[in-house]
Amino acid sequence: MRAFGALLRRDIVLSVRSGGGAGLGAGFFVLVLVLAPLGLGPEQSLLRSAAPGLIWIAALLANLLGLERVIEPDLQDGTLDLLRLSSLPLELVVLAKVAAHWLTNGLVICLLAPLVASMLFVQSQVLWVLMLSLLLGTPGLSFIGTAGAALSAGVRRGGILLALIVLPLNIPALIFGASAVSAAQRGGDPSQALLLLAALSLIAAVVASLAGAAALRLNED
Amino acid sequence: MLHYANPQHFLSLARRLTPWLLGAALLLLAVGVFLALFVAPPDYQQGDASRIMYVHVPAAWMSMFVYGCMAAASVAAFVFKHPLGDVAAKAAAPAGAVFTALALVTGMLWGKPMWGAWWVWDARLTSVLILFFLYIAYIALWDAIEEPTRAARMARILCLVGAVNIPIIHFSVEWWNTLHQGSTVFRLDGPKMPPSMLTPLLVMAIAYTVLFAALLLVRMRTEILGRRLRTLRLTSKERRRDLL
Repeated sequence: MRAFGALLRRDIVLSVRSGGGAGLGAGFFVLVLVLAPLGLGPEQSLLRSAAPGLIWIAALLANLLGLERVIEPDLQDGTLDLLRLSSLPLELVVLAKVAAHWLTNGLVICLLAPLVASMLFVQSQVLWVLMLSLLLGTPGLSFIGTAGAALSAGVRRGGILLALIVLPLNIPALIFGASAVSAAQRGGDPSQALLLLAALSLIAAVVASLAGAAALRLNED
Repeated sequence: MLHYANPQHFLSLARRLTPWLLGAALLLLAVGVFLALFVAPPDYQQGDASRIMYVHVPAAWMSMFVYGCMAAASVAAFVFKHPLGDVAAKAAAPAGAVFTALALVTGMLWGKPMWGAWWVWDARLTSVLILFFLYIAYIALWDAIEEPTRAARMARILCLVGAVNIPIIHFSVEWWNTLHQGSTVFRLDGPKMPPSMLTPLLVMAIAYTVLFAALLLVRMRTEILGRRLRTLRLTSKERRRDLL
């Protein structure tokens, strides 16, 4: 347990320090959503109806941005070998890295979302559904992303490969997340989509921990 | 199965089987196309345009079947340490990608006159598109890692993680309101299709499967021989270096 906490703290501290990239994901998220009205035009109804999809796409891409710092640096400087030898099971190592990634990326996106959503003229009563959908969905994104990062670690030009692996697997979360917010905007019931989103994150938690640990284990050369 | 774990035995079997399989595939395709174009009845609503079904549906079945084969091969390699499991999965992927692309394209060509749209974002079309991207990602992963054994280990994991998409595709027409037609053949109470349409469909499906088997054997042979070539190249460079 102490090892888990130590690894978690190490990852968070490393990403928060300069060169760590903790704010990059959130910054990218806001930047993309600032580009949206500039590209789509200032018409309120268009932005309001496009907002759920745009916010979720930005969240997906921002999630991708933080993933290069999760496994790759540890592989390069040999920390991964030490982690493999430690008493902590690799599944928990993956869990700690996912938690660190989510706390510095997904959670910040959740907290910033109401601000940018208001910029896109989303109604204030829908904002809590948006936050809830991101809260339920971004852990799943972090899990799948970390498993993808473990699979593509050490590969030349692995960034594109990472995107190619992770984005198709993230599509269901995108669909349900955006549909939850759209349903709330139309006055309907978002709970079905939100429950499915939570289910996706839970499934991702199990599958990605196992797959990521297997990939880390097999990365020794 | 264990006899063919030896690559040499497998290579000789593949070399002998491939021409027969190719011949059988061509014959079945010819029979299937003839049945589909001339013997099967036209649809009462869609007329002759419905005949694209005989290309589209077997391709869609194959796209899922090939992924299932890849997943089974990955399990054989992962769990049973079968030496040819990874080779089989790597060899099957491009064929699967092409079948998926064929299903998507013929679906679009069918959808335009029938639904009035080239594409709709309903559950089945979207999940098949995701399957296509998964195939591409799988092939890209193999290409990205140079050393074959390491690439194989990563590819196994990716294949098994993506396998969850297959039941989603199959049941998507039941779980969601989709524009795509529901299951007509693979149902618990038997196919709902008359034999005059079912027979050409099944003949085409078997033709595609035999063709896939032939192509798989060819690609597996190429892969095994390619790995031997790589080993020879690497060891010959070492030997040359030692001589100098």
